[in-house]
Amino acid sequence: MAAEQKVLIVEDSRATRELVSATLSAMGLEVVSAQNGFDALKLLPRHRFSLIITDINMPDINGLELINFVKRNPNYRDTPLFVITTEGREVDRQRGLQLGASEYLVKPFQSELLGALVKRYLAL
Amino acid sequence: MSGKRLADEFVAEAQEIVEALGKDLLFLDERRGDEPDPEVVNGIFRGAHSLKGLSAMFGFPALSTVAHQMEDVLDALRLGKLRFDDRVLDALIESLDVLQALLAEGAGGAVDAGPAHEAAQTQARRLEALLTGQGAAGPDPLEALGLDPQLRAVLTEYEEHRLKENARKGLPLWKVRAVFGLEDFDQKLAALNAALKPLGEVVSTLPSSRPGEEATIAFDLLFAARGARDAVAGAVAPLGAELSALSGPLEPPVALAAPSEGPEPPAPSRPPVPLEVDEPRSETSLRSLTQTVRVDIGRLDALMNAVGELGLVRANLERLAEVARTATAVLPGRWGQELHAETRALARKLEELQAGILDVRMVPLGQVFDKLARLVRRLVRESGKEIHFQIHGGDVELDKLIVEELSDPLMHLLRNAIDHGVEPRAQREKQGKAGLATIRLAARAQGNHVLLEVGDDGAGMDEERIREVALERGLVTRTRLNELSRDEVLKLVFLPGFSTRAEVTELSGRGVGLDVVKTNLARLSGVIDLSSTRGQGTTFVLTLPLTLAILRALVVEVSGKTWAVPLNSVQEIVAVEAKALRTVERREVLQLRGQTVPFVRLARLFGLPEAKLERYHVVVVALAQQRVGLAVDALVGQQDVVTKPLGGRLAHVPGVAGATDLGNRRTVLVLDVASLMEEFLRPRAAAVP
Repeated sequence: MAAEQKVLIVEDSRATRELVSATLSAMGLEVVSAQNGFDALKLLPRHRFSLIITDINMPDINGLELINFVKRNPNYRDTPLFVITTEGREVDRQRGLQLGASEYLVKPFQSELLGALVKRYLAL
Repeated sequence: MSGKRLADEFVAEAQEIVEALGKDLLFLDERRGDEPDPEVVNGIFRGAHSLKGLSAMFGFPALSTVAHQMEDVLDALRLGKLRFDDRVLDALIESLDVLQALLAEGAGGAVDAGPAHEAAQTQARRLEALLTGQGAAGPDPLEALGLDPQLRAVLTEYEEHRLKENARKGLPLWKVRAVFGLEDFDQKLAALNAALKPLGEVVSTLPSSRPGEEATIAFDLLFAARGARDAVAGAVAPLGAELSALSGPLEPPVALAAPSEGPEPPAPSRPPVPLEVDEPRSETSLRSLTQTVRVDIGRLDALMNAVGELGLVRANLERLAEVARTATAVLPGRWGQELHAETRALARKLEELQAGILDVRMVPLGQVFDKLARLVRRLVRESGKEIHFQIHGGDVELDKLIVEELSDPLMHLLRNAIDHGVEPRAQREKQGKAGLATIRLAARAQGNHVLLEVGDDGAGMDEERIREVALERGLVTRTRLNELSRDEVLKLVFLPGFSTRAEVTELSGRGVGLDVVKTNLARLSGVIDLSSTRGQGTTFVLTLPLTLAILRALVVEVSGKTWAVPLNSVQEIVAVEAKALRTVERREVLQLRGQTVPFVRLARLFGLPEAKLERYHVVVVALAQQRVGLAVDALVGQQDVVTKPLGGRLAHVPGVAGATDLGNRRTVLVLDVASLMEEFLRPRAAAVP
């Protein structure tokens, strides 16, 4: 395995953040959390993330806006990005994927599924 | 992180969300009839949405379902598809109780069973019913704008709706572009938002996909302006932001319906789902479900400082110990003085640390007051009476444990005040009182105690009626009753068995479960008192200690065993000659300044061998308005103790609150004065064996 890879989680629910972090930390990943889009924008240039996981429905800067920003910025556009959200409608999924999200997970999802996807994208 | 901690985290966060929802809904509740503030509605929507996702993630489907239905209703509201009326607001407010009950069951381990789940299904159907008949949205005014599809792709449905709403009103839409440094963009954005807010609505903040130079980030704000272009440009210019048109001025919205009218909701009849409103709902406790205390970092810093200083004292003590250990001759007098100084410093620092830790446990009463306010508003509405509810002293702080335990007793008292305390307007006016009744909930700190007052300006208690009821129920003898003053008669309402729910309505006064209130408070080492004047109202005063964590105790000996008696319930200590004891109604009593006080031999109570004494030390303990004299063999002294609960078979022994360590590894039992008195003063049946 390469040197410890970093994952950014953007999620306004503290408990959900902890739950996802627990899954990722258990896989030997370093987890950096942001509780909103602003925090995420501040963290992006300071770290080299191997993966970004974001919620959609957040105040001020929503997840879609964040995906759009990441995917149109040459510095981050190649970073895989997962959406975790409760918006389960097909139209929402399509929007997320069209903006450039790699995976779209609807809550509740199994931690094992997230784990398996992360493994695949990070080649763990 | 362990599963247990994650689960706790879930309950804590869910609880926070429910509390925040309560606050916002109370805000709307207080402004019934006004157009609701879209920001508040959106905030409530977000809360419901978060709760839905959170509880789904953590495996609480019923909670998630109710939150989901609330979310749908709120979504329809904020998108203008549903009209905001009393029916909708009531359903939302009542959903909170269902959420609360589900959380309580969930925290207790029941994930998908229990009575709250049935209530949840009913509530979910009721919310869903609100949405039936909801019409389709009108024509899309954004089509005419020719917006960049990429832009529309990143907007949420709500943001799009706000754009449409503003476009419908014919307001010009602007794109405000600003480039800020990475370090402080959030402050700059906040400033930009503040500058724009008076001039219109910031619909969305988009981090720009074409970043400026290194170490900067660009934002596009979609802004619907009420003001003129110059005003907007002038407001944003100092922050280096530029303005460009997102759309030209629109055609006047000829064919469009006025936005506020929207599609008609179904006729304002009752929802089709029958609604059980009364009992199960009122059982919901307002207690919060978490054991978490949020602590200001400053308080923790103070604790850390105290620990640091303790380290210094320790180093000095070690040095002195070393001197003593290696001393070959008699230690110099200076050594003793230094040791004395250091132990005093140690005592001082420990006191500081203790005070600091107590401080950390303190939370403002406002946390409970907010929840009570919501409940009171609902009860008032249901009662049909006109009542002004006043709250004072929400910033007064108490130990978290006590605050939690207080909500149920306070709820009882407030409910009584609404149901039985205050009169309807017509009756009040006939008596020349103000038509609008007042109920007051107030807190203030007083030394080591907090006083809580629940008062009303209602009819006051009917002394004669209380006398009759007490006699009927056999709570007092007629002879005894004749000796009682008005105040003493009023206090009969605290006796167990004074009233039951069935009699509530026929009583013009009160008495609903007041014995329960009293017992709950006694458990907190609290005292309840009441005063009532006919025609002017009733006031209950609750006196509570600031904390239960550390107890000042009186250490006593009984039959060779040592006990600790919480000092806050000790009223006085008297010496009594054995021959001064009398027996009344098969109970031993003593005379204390003209008053008769029951006399309890602790040794006999706990089945210990009794010493025959000429004189007894009697510790007079008082709780609420009851007093009892406890006979002990010897008084040892006072000490601060930390009570530890007893486990296993000993956990429920009446009269024992827990155990404590008096130092020197001596473990003693702490008397539970409340349960002791309850056991002993139970009317008649509990006569001394």
